[in-house]
Amino acid sequence: MIAGRSVKTFSLALLLVFALGWLTPATAQVPVPALTGHVIDQTGTLTAEQKATLEQTLAAFEAKKGSQLAVLMVASTAPEEIEQFALRVAEKWKLGRKRVDDGAIVVVAKNDRAVRIEVGYGLEGALTDITSKRIISETMLPQFRAQDYFGGIEAGLGQIIRVVDGEPLPAPNRARGEGAGNGVQQYAPMFFILAVAVGSVLRGVLGKVLGSVVTGGVVAVVAWFVVGAVAMAVGAGVVALLVTLLGGGMLGRGVGGYYGGMGGHGRGGGGGFSGGGGGFGGGGASGRW
Amino acid sequence: MRKLSTALAATLALSLTGCGYNTFQTNDEQVKASWSEVLNQYQRRADLVPNLVSTVKGEAKFEQDTLTKVVEARAKATSIQATPELVNDPAAFQKFQQAQGQLTGALSRLMVVSENYPNLKANQGFRDLSAQLEGTENRITVARNRYIASVQAYNVTVRSFPSNLTAMAMGYKEKATFTVENEKEIARSPTVSFDAVPAKPAAPASGVAQ
Repeated sequence: MIAGRSVKTFSLALLLVFALGWLTPATAQVPVPALTGHVIDQTGTLTAEQKATLEQTLAAFEAKKGSQLAVLMVASTAPEEIEQFALRVAEKWKLGRKRVDDGAIVVVAKNDRAVRIEVGYGLEGALTDITSKRIISETMLPQFRAQDYFGGIEAGLGQIIRVVDGEPLPAPNRARGEGAGNGVQQYAPMFFILAVAVGSVLRGVLGKVLGSVVTGGVVAVVAWFVVGAVAMAVGAGVVALLVTLLGGGMLGRGVGGYYGGMGGHGRGGGGGFSGGGGGFGGGGASGRW
Repeated sequence: MRKLSTALAATLALSLTGCGYNTFQTNDEQVKASWSEVLNQYQRRADLVPNLVSTVKGEAKFEQDTLTKVVEARAKATSIQATPELVNDPAAFQKFQQAQGQLTGALSRLMVVSENYPNLKANQGFRDLSAQLEGTENRITVARNRYIASVQAYNVTVRSFPSNLTAMAMGYKEKATFTVENEKEIARSPTVSFDAVPAKPAAPASGVAQ
C-alpha cells in the first residue's frame, strides 16, 4: 500500500519534472508585455514626465491621423534577436487599424544596445526600410550613444510622425467604423425598426405566418442592398422573420436587450488603448550602437 | 421509414463536417497565401541584387570572386520557375530552396566583405541598398516562418484521424516545408566568409578601424 503510494508520488514527481522541462524553452523568451499605453518602459529609464510627453504626442497623433504608434523599452531581448522579438510584439499588439495596417512600434533593447522600428504593412510605402534605417542611424543612434534615450526616442518619433503624416491614409473615424462593425452593426438598429414597422402592418393584413415571411424577405432584400453581403442579408431577414413571428411583448424586451448590448460594445472600444488589428510582415529596420 | 431517412441525413451531415474536408480547403488556401508571400519576398530580393551589384562594382578594387558568386547565385535562383505548384513537389521544392539558400549565403558574404571597404560603406546609395536588403531578408524570414506554420497545420490535418481518410480519398498529400538542413547552410555561410576576410591582404586594417 505504502509502496504503491510512493510509486505514485514518484511518477507524479517525474511527470512534473518532464512538464517543467518542456516548459522551460517556452518561458525562456522575453514575454511580450501587455499593451497598457503608447509608451511602455520596462527599464525605468524614462521619467514619468518624459513618458507622459511621449504618450501625449502619440495619442494626439492617433486621434488626428488614425495611425497607432508605440514605444517599448526592454532591458534585453535575449535569446532572441531584436527583429524576432519586435515581430512577436507586433503580432500580439496588432497596432494599426484593421485592413489599413497603419501601425509602427519602436523597440529599444537598452542592454543589447539595439533599436528597431517595426513597420506595419500599410506604412511600408511611407516608412520604407531606407527611411527607417536613416531615422535610426542618423537621428536615434547618436543620442543613444550619448545616453540620451528620451532625446533619441522623441526625435525619432518626431520623424516617424512627420513621414506617416505625409501619407494619404483613411480618416480616423470613418475607417474605425468600417473596420469594427463590418457594416452590420451600423445598420442593425435600422433593420429592427423596419422589421417592427413593416411587420406589424403586414401581420395585420396577411396574417401571422405569411406576414412574417414577407417581412423577413423585405428586410433581407433591403439589407442586401445596403450592406452588400448575402450572408448578412439572410441573417437580417431571419431575425426580422422571428421578431415578427414571435411579436408582441417579446419584441420590446428583445430590442431593449439588443440596444443595451450595443451600448456596452461601443464603450469597450472607446476606453483604453488597444491595437486595432493591424498586420505586420517584418518591414522596418534595426540599428545597433 | 421517415425516421430512418432523417437519421441518414443527420449522419451524412455529421460525417461531412467531421471528415475535415472544409479544414483542408481552409488550410490549403492558407498555405497558398503564405507561399505566395515567400515567393514575393524572394522576388523582391532578386530585384534588389542587380542594383546592389552595380553599386559595389563602382568600388574598383572589390573582390571579384564574391561579386561573381552573387551574380551566379541570383541567375540560378531566378532560373527556377517558382510556381504555386512547387509546394506539392518535394524534389523541385528542395531545388528551389537550395538555390535561394545559395543566394542568401552569397549575399551575406558580400555584405561581410563590404565591411572592409570604407568608401563603399560611406556611399549613401550602398547604405540604402543594404538597408533594403536587410529588411528584405527579415521579411523573408517572417514569410518563411509563416509558411512553415501554415504547412504544419495542413500536414497535421493530412495525418490525423479521421481527416486522413479524406486525404487518402481525395489524394491530398503532405506539403513540403523548409528544412533544418537549409537553416544550417544559412547559419554556416557567414563563418565561411569571415574566414575568407583575413586572407585578403588590405582587409584587416580597415576592418579594425571600424
